[in-house]
Parts: sequence; structure tokens; C-alpha cells
Amino acid sequence: MTRPVVSVRDLVVRFPSLDGSSEVRAVDGVSFDIRPGETFGVIGESGSGKSTVGRTLVGLLAPTSGTMAFGDRDRAAMTRAEWRTERRHYQMIFQDPNAALNPRMTILDSLTEPMRIAGGRSKADMQDTALAALEKVGLRRDMAQRYPHELSGGQKQRVNIARVLPLSPRLIVCDEVVAALDVSIRGEILNLFKELQDDLGVAYAFIAHDISVVAQISDRIAVTYLGQFVELGPTEGIIDDPLHPYTVALLSAEPQPLPTHLRHRRRMTLEGDIPSPANPPSGCRFHTRCPWATPDCASLEPEWRELKPDHRVACHHATEKGMPPLPVRESVSSD
Amino acid sequence: MTGAAIRPILDVRDLSIGFRGRRGQPALNIVHDLNFRIAPGERVGLVGESGCGKSVTGLALMRLLPGAAQIGGQILLDGKDMATVSQGEIRRMRGKKIAMIFQEPMSALDPVFTVGEQIAEALRLHENLSKADERDRVIAALADVGIPAPKRRYDEYPHQLSGGMRQRVMIAMALINRPDLIIADEPTTALDVTIQAQIMDLLTRLSEDTGTALLFITHDLGVVAETCQRMITMYAGEIVEDAPVDDALLSPRHPYTSGLLRSLPHFNMEKGRFAHIPGRVPSPGAMPTGCRFAPRCAHAADACTAPQELRDIAADRRVRCVRADDFVLDGAVAGETA
Ligand SMILES: Nc1ncnc2c1ncn2[C@@H]1O[C@H](COP(=O)(O)OP(=O)(O)OP(=O)(O)O)[C@@H](O)[C@H]1O
Ligand SMILES: Nc1ncnc2c1ncn2[C@@H]1O[C@H](COP(=O)(O)OP(=O)(O)OP(=O)(O)O)[C@@H](O)[C@H]1O
Ligand code: SF4
Ligand SMILES: [Mg+2]
Ligand SMILES: [Mg+2]
Repeated sequence: MTRPVVSVRDLVVRFPSLDGSSEVRAVDGVSFDIRPGETFGVIGESGSGKSTVGRTLVGLLAPTSGTMAFGDRDRAAMTRAEWRTERRHYQMIFQDPNAALNPRMTILDSLTEPMRIAGGRSKADMQDTALAALEKVGLRRDMAQRYPHELSGGQKQRVNIARVLPLSPRLIVCDEVVAALDVSIRGEILNLFKELQDDLGVAYAFIAHDISVVAQISDRIAVTYLGQFVELGPTEGIIDDPLHPYTVALLSAEPQPLPTHLRHRRRMTLEGDIPSPANPPSGCRFHTRCPWATPDCASLEPEWRELKPDHRVACHHATEKGMPPLPVRESVSSD
Repeated sequence: MTGAAIRPILDVRDLSIGFRGRRGQPALNIVHDLNFRIAPGERVGLVGESGCGKSVTGLALMRLLPGAAQIGGQILLDGKDMATVSQGEIRRMRGKKIAMIFQEPMSALDPVFTVGEQIAEALRLHENLSKADERDRVIAALADVGIPAPKRRYDEYPHQLSGGMRQRVMIAMALINRPDLIIADEPTTALDVTIQAQIMDLLTRLSEDTGTALLFITHDLGVVAETCQRMITMYAGEIVEDAPVDDALLSPRHPYTSGLLRSLPHFNMEKGRFAHIPGRVPSPGAMPTGCRFAPRCAHAADACTAPQELRDIAADRRVRCVRADDFVLDGAVAGETA
């Protein structure tokens, strides 16, 4: 197998909580590889650590513990200068199309900025490269003289993509990149991501709330819950035959824009709230909401098992065929 | 039109909403020629892209728009016109006849009062009860919306509750006076999907149990499909389609509704290619004089340069497109028709 673009083992990222009294375990022991040219989808509820994983992948956050290898080099073994050269190949695009664009800078200046920071190019070279990137994302060259407020949200998101292309990225972390755009134009931007990948062989870590978008664009999908991965596998496996109860619940909760007679999926309604990441439940973190939970689930942390080829899950009761039938449907107390 | 036989609880006639321009700018007409009805107990979804006027419509029904708003037409709520009745009458109607749930419960809840006190306050506006009875009613309302340990929650402050719990408190407050109509503006957009599912189930169940009608404002067609009986689609300040929800999803008659449905990734036929509507929504200051969707419409023809009327095409369906009879459009499932 080819070498991964990034290899992450036992990643932990903690933040001091707001009042400083405790720690938020934003990411708490996550291991995965991102393969060259693949789209690695990440889904999971708000606060489950998706963006934190993404920001760590591009060096915007440092791990509290765990190892990360970029290409064949361990991050911890790189010198500062080596990391600076390596780092530019790992880029991130955010939900808010304005986040990376300075309102007082022309589009052209915004486009050349990352190249200026990376260094080593002449002004003329940077401008030519920027204009070529602009065309590559489907915008006219004369847009380069405009300011962000003169562009629509979709156009700005194209500029954000064009900004990172000249750095020959191996991985782009896409954090909710279409969430702020209207449904009717999302497809245009998603198609652009696909085309660039086919063209450049770049890998994506594609983080999104919208499961149907992730399902459509990803080769593999990771499902996060309270700072951990509960399941990771090929898209078809995750969507058609999910192994973890939380994945089952998440998929069944997504409302389907279909008429009654075509909505065959049965809704599995979870009771209770999402626990706080500052004080996660013992054992399996999902046990407080899981209909399959047994006493063991509250005390033992499940292993990260490869139940099917390339398909891993962290659940005591998961089987290769999914979850066993529910024993008794007692409602879990939710207070 | 649906609900024509029974007297509608809400009858909106020729509603228009505009805002006075700032510093000599001309007034902007935001919502135009809005006509629709809601039958008692009916659940109606109001969908459309960002900025098309869904929220201002909801606020107009509650008479909560700022003073700079210019409103025309009638908003008949159980026969009384919300657009013109006195302030005193408005206060009597809000809560009792009509109530609203917002996307951000934190902005509607007061951080310095307990959730119990706030719901009791809403109840007190319409009923005169003893302190003990009042407390019982509020606790029962909290229990109704699935809040565990409601007696204890009564004395908690909004910041002590999760987002999903706060939204339940908002729903309890909206329901406490048993209004005939609840307007819910993106009530689940800020919530996670598993919590959203709980809230949607709750709203549907309460509406079925109490006979409260619901106007569900959302951009999420999935939410509408699963909770509503009828779907009203807006584009650029106008209703372009009004149909029973399954019909709208299976066989939309307006090209915009069809484009919206086809843009949902789930239904793209070719794996990996996403459908979309080319172009963008016109801005309120630069509306096309003919069909407002024409610049983005694949079916636009000469007839489309004239202003379009919302016309009846069946007993329970309306569409704003002259050409609606000339084509069969794809819905959520291509090729299938209702
Ligand atoms: N800079 C920070 N300081 C303190 N806490 C943080 C910081 N960044 C994230 N957190 C906390 O870490 C946890 C994980 O946050 P993260 O943003 O990674 O979640 P997410 O899965 O991306 O959520 P969302 O879907 O809402 O974007 C949350 O509890 C969050 O409040
Ligand atoms: N107080 C106001 N003054 C001036 N213009 C306003 C005011 N409130 C809303 N608008 C304008 O009215 C239009 C419709 O806004 P509205 O909030 O109803 O959109 P919406 O359909 O609810 O969109 P979204 O899906 O983003 O919530 C927008 O162009 C908005 O800028
Ligand atoms: S009226 Fe014409 S332009 Fe408008 S939606 Fe119908 S066909 Fe398209
Ligand atoms: Mg995030
Ligand atoms: Mg709105």
C-alpha cells in the first residue's frame, strides 16, 4: 500500500475549560491514516472534535499527546525549518467564506498572500500563478481586481480554494465548506472540489454536518462522538451497513426529503442529551444514550476493532453484521 | 386550495412587506403578493433560499417587524387582521392565538429569570391562577415537552440547560396558552441531528394532540417532508408553488422547486456529480420585471418576460409559472410522479 499523506496515532488535544477549572478533551485518542488522493469524510455532532482534528492536521493546533507523521517523517523529529517547508502542503478551507479574506485587500492580494508567506517566488511569478489559479476555479481573471464584498458567497469560496492551490497541497482540510452556501449553488462548489482532486490528486479531509454531502463525496467516512472515533470505514459500509449504534442513530435522524411512501428508513430516536466533553461518561462514551448498553458498557472502554476489511468500530456489542436485535426496549432514563 | 371548506385559522391576503431605504435610498420591496391560508391543525412548511423573505413573513404574522417596515394587505388570524388591530388587541392575541419559536432560544429567553418564572409570566398574561396552580401548569407543560425532572428544572436558569432543552422550554412557553397557530422559524437549525429529530417528533406530536396549526419556516426540505402536510416554496419574495408535501416532492410544477430538489446531493443520479441551479438570486433592488426565476430557469421563454401570477392548477395546488403545463419536471426521485 502507498504511504499515507498523514498518519495519526493516539491523538489527544485538550483545552482548558472556560473557567479554567477543568479540561475539555476535544480529541481523546484518535488513530487514522489519510491516503493520497482520497476524500476522508468526518461526521459527528457539534463539539465532537471534528474541527479540532482538522486544525491539528494542518498544524494550526499542536497535539497534547500522540504522534503524527507527514509523508515519511515523524512530526516530532522535524526541525522547525523542515516543518515550515513541509507544512505548506497541508491547507485548510473554512465554513465562513470571509474568514480568510481581508476585506481591505483585493482578491489578487489575498491570492498571493499564502505564496508570500511561503516565500521563494518573484512578484511576477506569484501574480501569474494566482491568476492561473483563479481560472482553475472557474473565475474570470478580472475578478482579481475586486474586493471580497463585490463577490457572492460561492465566488468567495472559489477564491479560498484558489488561494491554496499554488502551494501544491497534498491534503486540504475542508471544514463545513458549503454549509454557508445556499442549497441551489452547493453542487457547483462540490463539483469543483471533485474536479480539482481528479486533476491534482490532492486528498481531502471533508468535515460536514450534512451526511448526504459527505456520503456523496467521500471514499471513507469517520464518525466522531465526544472526542473519539466510534467508526471508520468505506463510505458504502458506513452508509448502507453501519456497525456502531451511534452511526445508526445519526443516519436515521437525518431527515429525508422524500414522500412518505419512499421513506423506508425507520427512525431510531435517541433519548437524552449529548454529554459534556469536559466530563465524558465512563466506559463507552455513548452508553448514556445507547439502547444496547449493558453494565459492561458503563465500565469498560471498547476496543477499536477491525470487524470488516478496512472497517473499524469501537463498540462492545457490534458484530460484523451490525448490531444484534435489541433485547428489551426499555427507555433509558435521560436525566 | 387546502382548507377552503373549513374556515382557515390564518388567511393571508395580498401581503407585501418593504423596508424604507436608508439615507435617501428607495424603499425595498421584500415580499410581494403573498396569499396563503392555513387550516386549523394543519402543518405547513415554508421553504426557499436565504433572503427570500421567510423570516420577515413570520415576523409580520406576529406583528414583530421593526417600525421601518411597510406592510400592505391583510393577515386574518381567526378573522381579525393582525396588520391593523390595536396594540392592546395584539397583546391579547399573541400567545393565545398565535405564538412563535425562534432559531436561537437564548435570544428569546431572559438570562436573569428561571425558566419556570418565564413560562409562568407568559401564562399570567392570559389567565388568572393561584400561584400553586400556575406552578402546576408550568411543570405539566415542561413535562409535556419531554423535559426530565420538570419540578427541578422549573427553578433553573437558561444557561444551565443544553441547546435542545432550551428549545423545549421555548416550545413549552409557546404552547402554554394553547395557541391556534405556532410559527417556528428554523427551530432546529442550531441543533444536532439526533436532537433535531427529538424536537421534530415533539412538535408533530403536540400539534396532533392539541390541534395547533404549525407554520414551519426552514430551508431543510427533509424537515418539511417528515413533519408537514403542505409545502409552500418561496423565491425572491414571492410564493412560486403551494402543494401537498408529497406532491411537491414527487412532481414539482415550478422549475425552481424542481431545481431545489435536484440540488440535494442524495438524489443525484450520476455518482460524484452534484446538481445545482446556475446563477444566483436577484437582489431586492434589482428584481426582473417578468418571472423572477427566469434568469436561472432552463425553461424560460418569451411568455416568461411578463410578470407571473400564482394560479390554481388543481384543487389543492398553485404555481407561479405560465409554462407549468408545458413540461414534466423531476422531483426528489427523478422520473416518478405523484
Ligand atoms: N480553542 C478552544 N478553546 C477551548 N475549547 C475549545 C477550543 N476549540 C474547541 N474547543 C472545545 O473542544 C470541543 C470540540 O470542538 P470542535 O470545534 O473540534 O468540535 P466540532 O466537532 O468541530 O463541532 P462543530 O460541529 O460545532 O463545528 C468542544 O467542546 C469545544 O467547545
Ligand atoms: N429590518 C430590516 N431592514 C431591512 N431589510 C431587511 C430587514 N429584515 C430583513 N431584511 C431583508 O429582507 C430580506 C428577507 O429577509 P429574511 O430574513 O426574511 O430572509 P429568510 O428567507 O428568512 O432567509 P434565511 O433563510 O437566511 O433566514 C433580506 O434581503 C433581508 O436583508
Ligand atoms: S415562468 Fe418561465 S422562467 Fe419562470 S419558472 Fe416558469 S418557465 Fe421558468
Ligand atoms: Mg467544527
Ligand atoms: Mg430566516
